[in-house]
Amino acid sequence: MIAALRCVIVRDLRLAARRSSDVLTVLLFFVIVVSLFPLGVGPDPKLLRVVAPGVLWVAALLASMLALGRVFAQDHADGTLEQMMMGATPLGLVVAAKVLAHWLVTGLPLVLISPILALQFDFPQDLLGVLILSLALGTPILGLIGAIGAALTLGLRGAGALLSLLVLPLYVPVLIIGAGAADAAASGLGGQAQLLILGAMLIVAAAFAPWASAAALRISVE
Amino acid sequence: MNWGSLDNFLAMGGYGLYVWGSYAVTLALIVAELVMLARRKHNAVGRIR
Amino acid sequence: MSVNWFKYSSPQTFFPLAGRLALGFGALAVFTCAVGLYLGFFVAPTDAQQGESYRIIFIHVPAAWMSMFLYVVMAFWAGIGLAFNTRLSGMMASAVAPTGALFTFIALWTGSLWGKPAWGTWWVWDARLTSELILLFLYFGFMALQAAIDDPRRADRAGAVLALVGVVNVPIIYFSVKWWNTLHQGASVSLTKAPTMAATMLAGMLVMIFAFWFYSIAAVMLRARCIMLERERASEWAGQYARGVA
Repeated sequence: MIAALRCVIVRDLRLAARRSSDVLTVLLFFVIVVSLFPLGVGPDPKLLRVVAPGVLWVAALLASMLALGRVFAQDHADGTLEQMMMGATPLGLVVAAKVLAHWLVTGLPLVLISPILALQFDFPQDLLGVLILSLALGTPILGLIGAIGAALTLGLRGAGALLSLLVLPLYVPVLIIGAGAADAAASGLGGQAQLLILGAMLIVAAAFAPWASAAALRISVE
Repeated sequence: MNWGSLDNFLAMGGYGLYVWGSYAVTLALIVAELVMLARRKHNAVGRIR
Repeated sequence: MSVNWFKYSSPQTFFPLAGRLALGFGALAVFTCAVGLYLGFFVAPTDAQQGESYRIIFIHVPAAWMSMFLYVVMAFWAGIGLAFNTRLSGMMASAVAPTGALFTFIALWTGSLWGKPAWGTWWVWDARLTSELILLFLYFGFMALQAAIDDPRRADRAGAVLALVGVVNVPIIYFSVKWWNTLHQGASVSLTKAPTMAATMLAGMLVMIFAFWFYSIAAVMLRARCIMLERERASEWAGQYARGVA
């Protein structure tokens, strides 16, 4: 079974490598959105320093949502998804594997580039660790929850916009805690509490979200 | 609660706009919901026939 | 004495019952609303701090309460439909959603109009209003998802998954927003802390909660009837009903 899951992950990574434009578009979207905010609110470094965690988090959220269409759509289109659903490996585990691959390809790049963008906002360097860690814990949660939405809207017309509407309310707690971590660190309180909560959210999401996605997939592909 | 006069009642101690704005919109929305339900039923019955 | 729980689980038998329930609860709603408003406007005194503007509470709190209660009810019926594969349960969940969304909007509107005289701004990012806003999005998401799916069975079941995920998230959302709010606002009082209420104020509010509850039941029953007529339009009983309603 582990072999089957490894197979799913490697396959998804290979497919993503072949269609690298998908991946790069998401990353570029993240960078552009983050750059738009100073243009919108003005270049005052004091203001930018304060809004940096929030801006980065909102942009990461939007970029994650943009990327969600990729999780199941391609496999659904060419019939691989149905094969996976009929296979021996539990569908929940297959979904977890796909979400992991999805995160490696769309979430992890965001996390890696975030320190550079944070410096654009003159965010204090010693607090970068908290910010990166919050995104590293948060983006997988966004992927796990988002996969439920992607599974529910599979094949529907207007799926992209509908997916955003479904998934954004569920993202709100993650956003509040995630951005709150760096905010708390910046105000001297330390971000440990928020990071711990994010960790807990990640564990809970990893435990339950794949099964909800699997149930949603069965409903959508019938 | 003795309002004294209709004017006092409508003025709501200066907050008339907020209080009656709330009640009026609520009433309007509830009426709208009921009207829409009536129309929906009418359409549904019409579609059956 | 054994109760046949399943007697009303088919649209055909539930349809007339829903009609009677709608009528009965509608009448009850009008009566309790009259009592509640009388208590609210002619018995409850003026508030020491907020003057007469607090009287919005007789709508705001019941609406907020109903908005959250109805979401749980919706998730309950959706869950039953998913677990037992019963058509009518799914129809009930779909029937509840618009009324729930309506009360959420009313809670937001009245909250805003209450906040303006009390705090000076039309919108306050306090825990309750922010949570209500997100709840509104949850309702809209449910309704949009069901509207986007043509097949009623898939729509019911997909909506059910969404509603169940949502209902688990509502407390998480509320607590995270509350935390966010206290971290950022510090000392300022929020709308969730009502003024120390005189017994008459509390009584009026409670009666209005019942009024809204009875109204919700009536509205949901009426909408459930519409949904039944729409989905079962090919059936015998629906045809008979339509011909009877001349």
